Amino acid sequence: MTFLLQAVILLPKAQAMASQEIEDLATALARLPGLGPRSARRAVLYLLKKRETAFTPLVDAMERVRANLSTCDLCGNVDTQSPCGICTDPRRDPRSLCVVEEVSDLWALDRSRLFVGRYHVLGGRLSALDGIGPEDLGVASLVARVAAGGIDEVVLAMNATLEGQTTAHYLAERLEGYPVRLTQLAQGLPMGGELDYLDEGTLAQALRARKPMV
Amino acid sequence: MPTIRALSILRANPFPRRYSGARMALSNLSLSQFRNHEASRIAAGARFNVIWGDNGAGKTNILEAISLLAPGRGMRRASIDQMARQQGPGGFAISASLAGEELKIGTGTNADAPSRRLVRVNGAAAAATSLADWLAVVWLTPAMDRLFLEGAGGRRRFFDRLVLALHPAHARHAARYEAAMRERNRLLGETRAVDPGWIDALEARMAEHGGAMAEARADTLEALEVQIDALADGPFAQPTLALERKGPAETDALAAALRSGRARDRAAGRALAGPHRDDLIVTMRQKGQPAALCSTGEQKAMLIAIILAHADLVAARRGSRLILLLDEIAAHLDPARRAALYEQLADRSGQVWMTGTDAALFEAVPTAGRADWSVSGGVVTPTG
Ligand SMILES: [Zn+2]
Repeated sequence: MTFLLQAVILLPKAQAMASQEIEDLATALARLPGLGPRSARRAVLYLLKKRETAFTPLVDAMERVRANLSTCDLCGNVDTQSPCGICTDPRRDPRSLCVVEEVSDLWALDRSRLFVGRYHVLGGRLSALDGIGPEDLGVASLVARVAAGGIDEVVLAMNATLEGQTTAHYLAERLEGYPVRLTQLAQGLPMGGELDYLDEGTLAQALRARKPMV
Repeated sequence: MPTIRALSILRANPFPRRYSGARMALSNLSLSQFRNHEASRIAAGARFNVIWGDNGAGKTNILEAISLLAPGRGMRRASIDQMARQQGPGGFAISASLAGEELKIGTGTNADAPSRRLVRVNGAAAAATSLADWLAVVWLTPAMDRLFLEGAGGRRRFFDRLVLALHPAHARHAARYEAAMRERNRLLGETRAVDPGWIDALEARMAEHGGAMAEARADTLEALEVQIDALADGPFAQPTLALERKGPAETDALAAALRSGRARDRAAGRALAGPHRDDLIVTMRQKGQPAALCSTGEQKAMLIAIILAHADLVAARRGSRLILLLDEIAAHLDPARRAALYEQLADRSGQVWMTGTDAALFEAVPTAGRADWSVSGGVVTPTG
């Protein structure tokens, strides 16, 4: 009780540390994943001190990305161009397609540099309780890509969660009858784990040892 | 999120090295803002931990805290958001070290998300179901005096606790099975047309995890029967165990049963076939009588016999012992059975936590490897 009372009395008297604009910047940064109020304040202080070498380049880089940000019409990746850098890369093998739940999964898998094909982002996973059905995901566009031909292998790289595995099973059924090899990531991914959290060596191993979908 | 290093060990060996430590015992148990404990520290390396105090003092809360170091809702099956101390800041924490291993596990909630159970293993976030990889915790409570008289759910949960000690993946399979079942129930209840392929996919998950559950249960039942046979003749009535199933156990058959049962399940609003409806049937061997018809004392004795046989089984299978939580167990046993229980527990060298209102009930507990604690108003004091 005493503590609360003190807080009420003391707060209005407290001197603001910085202008409202700077406070706003710190608040916006604090909302970013992995940052909290404390690291956000540190980042702001750093930027203010390093105006030329850090602040300006950061603002420019952000502005360039923001201006060109787009979702790839082919695969659902997020990039500054559509089709995205992966879909337009001539060194990529167009006969191999890796299906993932989220863009974060695509990025995590691509960091392993072991998969040389292209991707397809579903934009989520089947979840009756969350009201997410096949029509809410990039399923029709996936089936269309496979039906168009030119693809030999489809890797169903769903997360090892219940929803992820249900989605993989559902997709396998939808893609049945097309002349493609369906594979899934090898055992070794944690049940209940999510691709994005895995280290690259583990992902590489899971990809290298991928196995036919049963 | 479990770390990969730990997981690769798990995959290579169903009985991970980390589990088969020579002696598994909790030490340095700590309860913060949990129930009526504001901050209790218990330096508990001993084999027998006897906790006594008046009703409402906070004895059982300590056992409940330990039970939360295993998967599930704990000994009281309470909601996690009801566990934080009422006068506290919201949120609670329970942590313990494992003697002889560089291992610290903890669980609790944060004030801003009181319904979200957090689990940490050596400082890293982990899934609650992964707790079974580290600890096997089994309990007997006064509420279980009615185990044979009430619904199948209680018996199934009791038995699953025993299964989990032998098959750490059981909690994971059960959680996934139930999650898939909830999804399927929701889809079957939809008024709009649902892609049948989606239901297929959910039934495939149910069949896979349900099949694994049934296999683990069958294995445990069979092995437990052998251990019960091997129990020395004592004052505890010997039980015979059986599983009553509502539906096929094997994966393919279960998938087929689910598929053919869709219309029926839709009408019922739930799945009528599957391991979520299994029941543990216990019969008193000497009389050939169903447990529900036996005396209260005989029922308790059979539960104790199951627990003792199970402790032997865990020791034989996994080379390590489990943690037994015996809440108010002494009160309902006559002095001869009480002494026999302590003697049998002493032979088994696991870590035992017992509560009671009267220190005299524990006079026959061996003094070697014994620690006593008195609890009053949520404050724990070592007494010997
Ligand atoms: Zn693309």
